[in-house]
Amino acid sequence: MDDRIDPTPDTGILACPDCDLLQVLPEVPPGGKARCSRCGRTLANRIRNSIERPLALTLAALPVLVVANAAPLMGLSVVGRQASTTIIGGAYQMWIEGQELTALIVLFCAVLAPAAYILFSLVVLLSATRPPAPRWVGDMVRWADRVQPWSMVEVMMLGILVALVKIAELAKVEPGIGMYAVGILMLLLPAIQVSLDPDEIWARLTWADGELPSTTPDAPTPETERTGSPP
Amino acid sequence: MTTAALSGARAGLVSCETCGLLSRPVGSAEPGYCPRCGKRLEWRRPRSIQTTWALVVAAAICYVPANLLPVLGTTTLGSTEYDTIMGGVVFLYTSGSWPLALIVLIASVMVPLGKLVALGYLLFSVQRGSVKSNRERTRLYRMVEIIGRWSMLDVFVDTFTVALVQLQPLMSVRPGAGVMFFAAVVVLTMIAASTFDPRLIWDAETE
Repeated sequence: MDDRIDPTPDTGILACPDCDLLQVLPEVPPGGKARCSRCGRTLANRIRNSIERPLALTLAALPVLVVANAAPLMGLSVVGRQASTTIIGGAYQMWIEGQELTALIVLFCAVLAPAAYILFSLVVLLSATRPPAPRWVGDMVRWADRVQPWSMVEVMMLGILVALVKIAELAKVEPGIGMYAVGILMLLLPAIQVSLDPDEIWARLTWADGELPSTTPDAPTPETERTGSPP
Repeated sequence: MTTAALSGARAGLVSCETCGLLSRPVGSAEPGYCPRCGKRLEWRRPRSIQTTWALVVAAAICYVPANLLPVLGTTTLGSTEYDTIMGGVVFLYTSGSWPLALIVLIASVMVPLGKLVALGYLLFSVQRGSVKSNRERTRLYRMVEIIGRWSMLDVFVDTFTVALVQLQPLMSVRPGAGVMFFAAVVVLTMIAASTFDPRLIWDAETE
Protein backbone atom coordinates (compact mmCIF):
# COMPACT_ATOMS: atom_id res chain seq x y z
CA MET A 1 0.00 0.00 0.00
CA ASP A 2 1.06 3.55 -0.65
CA ASP A 3 1.74 4.79 2.86
CA ARG A 4 2.58 8.33 1.82
CA ILE A 5 -1.11 9.12 1.67
CA ASP A 6 -2.59 9.82 5.03
CA PRO A 7 -6.12 8.47 5.38
CA THR A 8 -7.23 11.40 7.50
CA PRO A 9 -6.49 14.67 5.77
CA ASP A 10 -7.13 16.51 9.01
CA THR A 11 -5.65 16.86 12.37
CA GLY A 12 -7.84 13.87 13.03
CA ILE A 13 -10.69 15.95 14.42
CA LEU A 14 -14.10 14.92 13.20
CA ALA A 15 -17.75 15.14 14.14
CA CYS A 16 -19.70 11.89 14.47
CA PRO A 17 -22.17 11.59 11.55
CA ASP A 18 -24.86 10.20 13.88
CA CYS A 19 -24.53 12.45 16.95
CA ASP A 20 -22.27 15.35 15.83
CA LEU A 21 -19.90 14.93 18.79
CA LEU A 22 -16.52 16.50 18.12
CA GLN A 23 -13.68 14.13 18.82
CA VAL A 24 -10.11 13.43 17.89
CA LEU A 25 -9.73 10.27 15.92
CA PRO A 26 -6.82 8.29 17.32
CA GLU A 27 -4.31 6.63 15.05
CA VAL A 28 -6.19 3.54 13.88
CA PRO A 29 -3.88 0.66 12.92
CA PRO A 30 -4.61 -1.34 9.74
CA GLY A 31 -7.39 -3.80 10.52
CA GLY A 32 -8.56 -1.63 13.43
CA LYS A 33 -11.79 0.22 14.06
CA ALA A 34 -12.72 3.37 15.94
CA ARG A 35 -16.15 4.02 17.42
CA CYS A 36 -17.83 7.21 18.55
CA SER A 37 -17.31 7.60 22.30
CA ARG A 38 -20.90 8.82 22.74
CA CYS A 39 -23.21 6.93 20.38
CA GLY A 40 -21.06 3.98 19.34
CA ARG A 41 -21.15 4.62 15.59
CA THR A 42 -18.14 3.31 13.66
CA LEU A 43 -16.04 6.34 12.76
CA ALA A 44 -13.10 4.68 11.08
CA ASN A 45 -12.52 1.22 9.76
CA ARG A 46 -9.02 0.72 8.45
CA ILE A 47 -9.36 -2.28 6.21
CA ARG A 48 -6.31 -3.92 4.70
CA ASN A 49 -6.08 -3.84 0.87
CA SER A 50 -9.10 -1.59 0.81
CA ILE A 51 -8.63 -0.76 -2.88
CA GLU A 52 -7.31 -3.98 -4.41
CA ARG A 53 -9.71 -6.40 -2.71
CA PRO A 54 -12.98 -4.59 -3.48
CA LEU A 55 -11.67 -3.97 -7.01
CA ALA A 56 -11.14 -7.70 -7.53
CA LEU A 57 -14.61 -8.43 -6.13
CA THR A 58 -16.19 -5.77 -8.35
CA LEU A 59 -14.52 -7.21 -11.45
CA ALA A 60 -15.80 -10.65 -10.45
CA ALA A 61 -19.31 -9.27 -9.93
CA LEU A 62 -19.58 -7.87 -13.48
CA PRO A 63 -19.96 -11.17 -15.40
CA VAL A 64 -22.12 -12.60 -12.59
CA LEU A 65 -24.41 -9.58 -12.92
CA VAL A 66 -24.80 -10.24 -16.65
CA VAL A 67 -25.61 -13.93 -16.13
CA ALA A 68 -28.04 -13.15 -13.28
CA ASN A 69 -29.99 -10.88 -15.59
CA ALA A 70 -29.77 -12.85 -18.81
CA ALA A 71 -30.26 -16.45 -17.66
CA PRO A 72 -33.63 -17.84 -16.53
CA LEU A 73 -34.14 -17.82 -12.76
CA MET A 74 -36.40 -20.81 -12.67
CA GLY A 75 -38.51 -22.98 -14.91
CA LEU A 76 -41.81 -24.69 -14.39
CA SER A 77 -43.44 -27.65 -16.07
CA VAL A 78 -47.02 -28.83 -15.78
CA VAL A 79 -48.59 -31.55 -17.91
CA GLY A 80 -46.09 -31.03 -20.68
CA ARG A 81 -46.21 -27.24 -20.61
CA GLN A 82 -43.11 -25.25 -19.90
CA ALA A 83 -42.51 -21.75 -18.60
CA SER A 84 -39.48 -19.87 -17.32
CA THR A 85 -38.67 -16.36 -16.21
CA THR A 86 -35.80 -13.91 -15.85
CA ILE A 87 -35.63 -10.94 -13.46
CA ILE A 88 -36.54 -8.47 -16.20
CA GLY A 89 -39.24 -10.88 -17.41
CA GLY A 90 -40.77 -10.72 -13.94
CA ALA A 91 -40.86 -6.93 -13.97
CA TYR A 92 -42.26 -6.97 -17.52
CA GLN A 93 -45.06 -9.37 -16.56
CA MET A 94 -46.03 -7.07 -13.67
CA TRP A 95 -46.09 -4.16 -16.13
CA ILE A 96 -48.41 -5.84 -18.64
CA GLU A 97 -50.69 -6.98 -15.80
CA GLY A 98 -51.29 -3.32 -14.97
CA GLN A 99 -48.83 -3.00 -12.06
CA GLU A 100 -46.57 -0.42 -13.72
CA LEU A 101 -45.37 1.19 -10.46
CA THR A 102 -44.50 -2.17 -8.89
CA ALA A 103 -42.73 -3.20 -12.10
CA LEU A 104 -40.55 -0.08 -12.00
CA ILE A 105 -39.70 -0.57 -8.31
CA VAL A 106 -38.74 -4.20 -8.95
CA LEU A 107 -36.67 -3.22 -11.99
CA PHE A 108 -34.88 -0.54 -9.99
CA CYS A 109 -34.17 -2.58 -6.86
CA ALA A 110 -33.31 -5.84 -8.61
CA VAL A 111 -31.52 -4.72 -11.77
CA LEU A 112 -30.66 -1.03 -12.03
CA ALA A 113 -29.47 -0.32 -8.48
CA PRO A 114 -27.14 -3.35 -8.21
CA ALA A 115 -25.75 -2.66 -11.71
CA ALA A 116 -25.23 1.02 -10.91
CA TYR A 117 -23.56 0.18 -7.59
CA ILE A 118 -21.14 -2.22 -9.28
CA LEU A 119 -20.34 0.17 -12.13
CA PHE A 120 -19.86 3.23 -9.90
CA SER A 121 -17.68 1.23 -7.50
CA LEU A 122 -15.61 -0.06 -10.40
CA VAL A 123 -14.95 3.44 -11.75
CA VAL A 124 -14.17 4.78 -8.26
CA LEU A 125 -11.79 1.94 -7.38
CA LEU A 126 -10.03 2.01 -10.76
CA SER A 127 -9.38 5.73 -10.48
CA ALA A 128 -8.29 5.37 -6.86
CA THR A 129 -5.52 2.98 -7.87
CA ARG A 130 -3.66 5.90 -9.43
CA PRO A 131 -4.00 8.92 -7.13
CA PRO A 132 -4.71 11.76 -7.38
CA ALA A 133 -8.07 10.73 -8.76
CA PRO A 134 -9.96 13.43 -10.65
CA ARG A 135 -12.56 15.33 -8.65
CA TRP A 136 -15.59 13.96 -10.57
CA VAL A 137 -14.84 10.61 -8.95
CA GLY A 138 -16.25 12.17 -5.78
CA ASP A 139 -19.66 12.35 -7.48
CA MET A 140 -19.36 8.66 -8.32
CA VAL A 141 -18.65 7.82 -4.67
CA ARG A 142 -21.74 9.81 -3.74
CA TRP A 143 -23.89 8.00 -6.29
CA ALA A 144 -22.62 4.57 -5.27
CA ASP A 145 -23.51 5.51 -1.70
CA ARG A 146 -26.98 6.75 -2.64
CA VAL A 147 -27.89 3.74 -4.74
CA GLN A 148 -26.52 1.10 -2.35
CA PRO A 149 -29.56 0.84 0.00
CA TRP A 150 -31.80 0.24 -3.03
CA SER A 151 -29.75 -2.66 -4.33
CA MET A 152 -31.75 -5.58 -2.94
CA VAL A 153 -30.20 -8.68 -4.45
CA GLU A 154 -30.24 -10.62 -1.15
CA VAL A 155 -33.89 -9.73 -0.55
CA MET A 156 -34.72 -10.83 -4.10
CA MET A 157 -32.88 -14.13 -3.54
CA LEU A 158 -35.06 -14.88 -0.52
CA GLY A 159 -38.10 -13.81 -2.55
CA ILE A 160 -37.19 -16.26 -5.31
CA LEU A 161 -36.86 -19.08 -2.75
CA VAL A 162 -40.24 -18.31 -1.18
CA ALA A 163 -41.84 -18.17 -4.66
CA LEU A 164 -40.21 -21.52 -5.49
CA VAL A 165 -41.69 -23.13 -2.39
CA LYS A 166 -45.12 -21.64 -3.06
CA ILE A 167 -45.20 -22.73 -6.69
CA ALA A 168 -43.82 -26.18 -5.86
CA GLU A 169 -47.24 -26.84 -4.31
CA LEU A 170 -48.84 -26.37 -7.72
CA ALA A 171 -46.29 -27.56 -10.24
CA LYS A 172 -42.81 -28.91 -10.72
CA VAL A 173 -40.23 -26.12 -10.55
CA GLU A 174 -36.55 -26.17 -11.37
CA PRO A 175 -34.01 -23.56 -10.39
CA GLY A 176 -32.20 -22.05 -13.37
CA ILE A 177 -28.65 -20.77 -13.91
CA GLY A 178 -29.85 -17.23 -13.19
CA MET A 179 -30.76 -18.22 -9.66
CA TYR A 180 -27.27 -19.49 -8.92
CA ALA A 181 -25.85 -16.26 -10.35
CA VAL A 182 -28.18 -14.24 -8.09
CA GLY A 183 -26.92 -16.35 -5.17
CA ILE A 184 -23.29 -15.51 -5.97
CA LEU A 185 -24.11 -11.84 -6.52
CA MET A 186 -25.85 -11.81 -3.14
CA LEU A 187 -22.49 -12.69 -1.54
CA LEU A 188 -20.30 -10.47 -3.74
CA LEU A 189 -22.20 -7.22 -3.21
CA PRO A 190 -21.87 -7.04 0.60
CA ALA A 191 -18.28 -8.31 0.25
CA ILE A 192 -17.47 -5.27 -1.91
CA GLN A 193 -19.10 -3.02 0.65
CA VAL A 194 -17.28 -4.35 3.70
CA SER A 195 -13.86 -4.52 2.04
CA LEU A 196 -13.98 -0.90 0.96
CA ASP A 197 -12.79 1.94 3.19
CA PRO A 198 -14.39 5.18 1.98
CA ASP A 199 -11.81 7.29 3.84
CA GLU A 200 -9.08 5.65 1.80
CA ILE A 201 -10.92 6.69 -1.39
CA TRP A 202 -11.43 10.27 -0.19
CA ALA A 203 -7.76 10.51 0.70
CA ARG A 204 -6.87 9.82 -2.92
CA LEU A 205 -9.22 12.30 -4.55
CA THR A 206 -8.48 15.74 -5.84
CA TRP A 207 -10.45 18.16 -3.70
CA ALA A 208 -13.42 20.00 -5.15
CA ASP A 209 -11.59 23.27 -4.51
CA GLY A 210 -8.75 22.05 -6.71
CA GLU A 211 -6.35 20.98 -4.01
CA LEU A 212 -4.46 17.73 -4.50
CA PRO A 213 -4.76 15.10 -1.80
CA SER A 214 -2.32 15.81 0.97
CA THR A 215 0.77 13.68 1.20
CA THR A 216 1.49 14.96 4.69
CA PRO A 217 -1.23 15.43 7.27
CA ASP A 218 -1.73 19.17 7.08
CA ALA A 219 -4.59 20.50 9.09
CA PRO A 220 -7.31 22.16 7.04
CA THR A 221 -6.99 25.42 8.96
CA PRO A 222 -10.64 26.21 8.59
CA GLU A 223 -10.25 29.34 6.55
CA THR A 224 -12.93 30.81 4.39
CA GLU A 225 -11.09 30.32 1.12
CA ARG A 226 -10.97 26.57 1.73
CA THR A 227 -14.73 26.35 1.96
CA GLY A 228 -16.81 28.43 -0.29
CA SER A 229 -17.49 28.15 -3.96
CA PRO A 230 -19.52 25.39 -5.64
CA PRO A 231 -17.61 22.96 -7.83
CA MET B 1 -18.11 12.35 28.77
CA THR B 2 -21.41 14.16 29.07
CA THR B 3 -19.93 17.25 30.68
CA ALA B 4 -17.39 17.87 27.93
CA ALA B 5 -19.69 16.92 25.06
CA LEU B 6 -19.26 19.51 22.34
CA SER B 7 -21.07 19.08 19.09
CA GLY B 8 -19.72 20.22 15.74
CA ALA B 9 -22.63 22.58 15.23
CA ARG B 10 -22.00 24.24 18.61
CA ALA B 11 -18.33 24.71 17.83
CA GLY B 12 -19.32 26.32 14.53
CA LEU B 13 -18.01 23.43 12.48
CA VAL B 14 -19.99 21.48 9.94
CA SER B 15 -19.28 17.94 8.89
CA CYS B 16 -19.94 16.87 5.30
CA GLU B 17 -22.67 14.22 5.01
CA THR B 18 -20.96 12.64 2.01
CA CYS B 19 -17.25 12.49 2.80
CA GLY B 20 -17.19 13.29 6.53
CA LEU B 21 -14.75 16.20 6.27
CA LEU B 22 -15.11 18.71 9.06
CA SER B 23 -14.81 22.30 7.94
CA ARG B 24 -15.65 25.83 9.01
CA PRO B 25 -18.63 27.05 7.00
CA VAL B 26 -18.65 30.27 4.99
CA GLY B 27 -21.57 31.66 6.99
CA SER B 28 -23.85 30.31 9.68
CA ALA B 29 -27.00 30.67 7.56
CA GLU B 30 -25.51 29.31 4.35
CA PRO B 31 -22.72 26.86 5.19
CA GLY B 32 -21.55 26.68 1.57
CA TYR B 33 -19.92 23.68 -0.08
CA CYS B 34 -17.57 20.97 1.10
CA PRO B 35 -14.03 21.84 0.02
CA ARG B 36 -13.21 18.19 -0.54
CA CYS B 37 -16.21 16.60 -2.27
CA GLY B 38 -18.11 19.71 -3.38
CA LYS B 39 -21.41 18.69 -1.83
CA ARG B 40 -23.65 21.36 -0.34
CA LEU B 41 -23.06 21.52 3.41
CA GLU B 42 -25.97 21.42 5.87
CA TRP B 43 -25.94 21.80 9.65
CA ARG B 44 -28.76 19.27 9.82
CA ARG B 45 -30.75 17.53 7.12
CA PRO B 46 -33.10 20.27 5.84
CA ARG B 47 -36.69 20.19 7.21
CA SER B 48 -35.93 16.76 8.64
CA ILE B 49 -38.87 16.52 11.08
CA GLN B 50 -41.57 17.79 8.70
CA THR B 51 -40.40 15.71 5.74
CA THR B 52 -40.04 12.54 7.79
CA TRP B 53 -43.49 13.03 9.37
CA ALA B 54 -45.06 13.54 5.94
CA LEU B 55 -43.47 10.33 4.63
CA VAL B 56 -44.40 8.33 7.74
CA VAL B 57 -48.03 9.47 7.53
CA ALA B 58 -48.17 8.68 3.79
CA ALA B 59 -46.69 5.23 4.45
CA ALA B 60 -49.16 4.59 7.29
CA ILE B 61 -52.05 5.41 4.96
CA CYS B 62 -50.71 3.05 2.27
CA TYR B 63 -50.21 0.35 4.91
CA VAL B 64 -53.99 -0.14 5.23
CA PRO B 65 -54.82 -1.04 1.58
CA ALA B 66 -51.49 -2.90 1.41
CA ASN B 67 -52.83 -5.37 3.96
CA LEU B 68 -56.52 -5.38 3.03
CA LEU B 69 -56.31 -5.58 -0.76
CA PRO B 70 -55.28 -8.82 -2.44
CA VAL B 71 -51.70 -9.10 -3.65
CA LEU B 72 -52.29 -12.14 -5.83
CA GLY B 73 -55.22 -13.63 -7.72
CA THR B 74 -54.92 -17.27 -8.77
CA THR B 75 -57.18 -18.44 -11.58
CA THR B 76 -57.57 -22.21 -11.87
CA LEU B 77 -59.93 -23.46 -14.58
CA GLY B 78 -62.16 -20.41 -14.52
CA SER B 79 -62.42 -19.80 -10.79
CA THR B 80 -60.29 -17.10 -9.20
CA GLU B 81 -58.99 -17.03 -5.65
CA TYR B 82 -57.57 -13.86 -4.11
CA ASP B 83 -54.81 -13.72 -1.52
CA THR B 84 -53.78 -10.89 0.75
CA ILE B 85 -50.33 -10.75 2.36
CA MET B 86 -51.64 -12.50 5.46
CA GLY B 87 -53.30 -15.04 3.17
CA GLY B 88 -49.89 -15.77 1.68
CA VAL B 89 -48.45 -16.31 5.16
CA VAL B 90 -51.29 -18.69 6.03
CA PHE B 91 -50.79 -20.54 2.73
CA LEU B 92 -47.09 -21.07 3.49
CA TYR B 93 -47.92 -22.19 7.03
CA THR B 94 -50.60 -24.70 6.03
CA SER B 95 -48.47 -26.08 3.21
CA GLY B 96 -45.94 -27.09 5.83
CA SER B 97 -43.15 -24.54 5.44
CA TRP B 98 -43.58 -22.67 8.69
CA PRO B 99 -40.03 -21.22 8.72
CA LEU B 100 -40.80 -19.43 5.45
CA ALA B 101 -44.22 -18.40 6.79
CA LEU B 102 -42.47 -16.86 9.78
CA ILE B 103 -39.92 -15.03 7.59
CA VAL B 104 -42.67 -13.58 5.39
CA LEU B 105 -44.74 -12.66 8.45
CA ILE B 106 -41.79 -10.80 9.99
CA ALA B 107 -40.63 -9.12 6.78
CA SER B 108 -44.05 -8.15 5.43
CA VAL B 109 -46.21 -7.47 8.45
CA MET B 110 -44.07 -6.82 11.51
CA VAL B 111 -41.11 -4.95 9.99
CA PRO B 112 -43.18 -2.28 8.15
CA LEU B 113 -45.36 -1.74 11.22
CA GLY B 114 -42.32 -1.66 13.49
CA LYS B 115 -40.65 0.88 11.23
CA LEU B 116 -43.66 3.19 11.30
CA VAL B 117 -43.91 2.96 15.10
CA ALA B 118 -40.14 3.42 15.55
CA LEU B 119 -39.94 6.47 13.27
CA GLY B 120 -43.04 7.96 14.89
CA TYR B 121 -41.50 7.48 18.33
CA LEU B 122 -38.16 9.01 17.25
CA LEU B 123 -39.93 12.03 15.77
CA PHE B 124 -42.13 12.49 18.86
CA SER B 125 -39.22 12.21 21.29
CA VAL B 126 -37.11 14.68 19.28
CA GLN B 127 -39.99 17.16 19.14
CA ARG B 128 -40.50 16.84 22.90
CA GLY B 129 -36.79 17.60 23.39
CA SER B 130 -36.17 14.32 25.18
CA VAL B 131 -32.64 13.70 26.48
CA LYS B 132 -33.34 10.19 27.72
CA SER B 133 -31.81 7.01 26.28
CA ASN B 134 -30.17 8.81 23.36
CA ARG B 135 -27.86 5.93 22.68
CA GLU B 136 -30.74 3.44 22.49
CA ARG B 137 -32.74 5.75 20.24
CA THR B 138 -29.76 6.14 17.91
CA ARG B 139 -29.42 2.37 17.85
CA LEU B 140 -33.14 2.05 17.04
CA TYR B 141 -32.67 4.46 14.14
CA ARG B 142 -29.77 2.42 12.74
CA MET B 143 -31.90 -0.72 12.99
CA VAL B 144 -34.71 0.95 11.04
CA GLU B 145 -32.18 1.90 8.37
CA ILE B 146 -30.71 -1.59 8.06
CA ILE B 147 -33.84 -3.70 8.32
CA GLY B 148 -36.13 -1.64 6.07
CA ARG B 149 -35.10 -3.18 2.75
CA TRP B 150 -36.21 -6.66 3.83
CA SER B 151 -39.86 -5.65 3.61
CA MET B 152 -39.52 -5.71 -0.17
CA LEU B 153 -39.53 -9.51 0.14
CA ASP B 154 -43.22 -9.97 -0.60
CA VAL B 155 -43.04 -7.75 -3.68
CA PHE B 156 -40.37 -10.05 -5.12
CA VAL B 157 -42.30 -13.19 -4.15
CA ASP B 158 -45.42 -11.87 -5.92
CA THR B 159 -43.46 -10.72 -8.99
CA PHE B 160 -41.81 -14.07 -9.58
CA THR B 161 -44.98 -16.01 -8.84
CA VAL B 162 -46.88 -13.94 -11.39
CA ALA B 163 -44.09 -14.17 -13.93
CA LEU B 164 -43.78 -17.94 -13.71
CA VAL B 165 -47.34 -19.15 -13.32
CA GLN B 166 -48.71 -18.18 -16.73
CA LEU B 167 -50.22 -21.43 -18.01
CA GLN B 168 -53.41 -20.24 -19.65
CA PRO B 169 -56.00 -21.67 -19.72
CA LEU B 170 -54.94 -24.16 -17.01
CA MET B 171 -53.74 -21.77 -14.37
CA SER B 172 -52.58 -18.20 -14.15
CA VAL B 173 -51.66 -15.79 -11.40
CA ARG B 174 -52.30 -12.07 -11.63
CA PRO B 175 -51.07 -9.33 -9.28
CA GLY B 176 -53.60 -7.49 -7.11
CA ALA B 177 -53.70 -3.80 -6.22
CA GLY B 178 -52.26 -4.56 -2.76
CA VAL B 179 -48.77 -5.12 -4.21
CA MET B 180 -48.50 -1.53 -5.38
CA PHE B 181 -49.51 -0.14 -1.98
CA PHE B 182 -47.18 -2.54 -0.25
CA ALA B 183 -44.22 -1.53 -2.43
CA ALA B 184 -45.15 2.10 -1.74
CA VAL B 185 -44.99 1.49 2.03
CA VAL B 186 -41.49 0.08 1.71
CA VAL B 187 -40.23 2.86 -0.55
CA LEU B 188 -41.81 5.62 1.57
CA THR B 189 -40.42 4.27 4.86
CA MET B 190 -36.97 3.83 3.32
CA ILE B 191 -36.99 7.47 2.19
CA ALA B 192 -38.35 8.51 5.61
CA ALA B 193 -35.40 6.79 7.30
CA SER B 194 -33.01 8.75 5.08
CA THR B 195 -34.65 12.13 5.73
CA PHE B 196 -34.58 11.71 9.52
CA ASP B 197 -31.44 13.22 11.02
CA PRO B 198 -30.17 11.15 14.00
CA ARG B 199 -28.13 14.13 15.21
CA LEU B 200 -31.41 15.75 16.25
CA ILE B 201 -31.66 13.09 18.99
CA TRP B 202 -28.51 14.51 20.58
CA ASP B 203 -29.10 18.18 19.97
CA ALA B 204 -31.38 18.62 23.00
CA GLU B 205 -28.59 17.37 25.29
CA THR B 206 -25.88 19.61 23.85
CA GLU B 207 -27.95 22.78 24.05
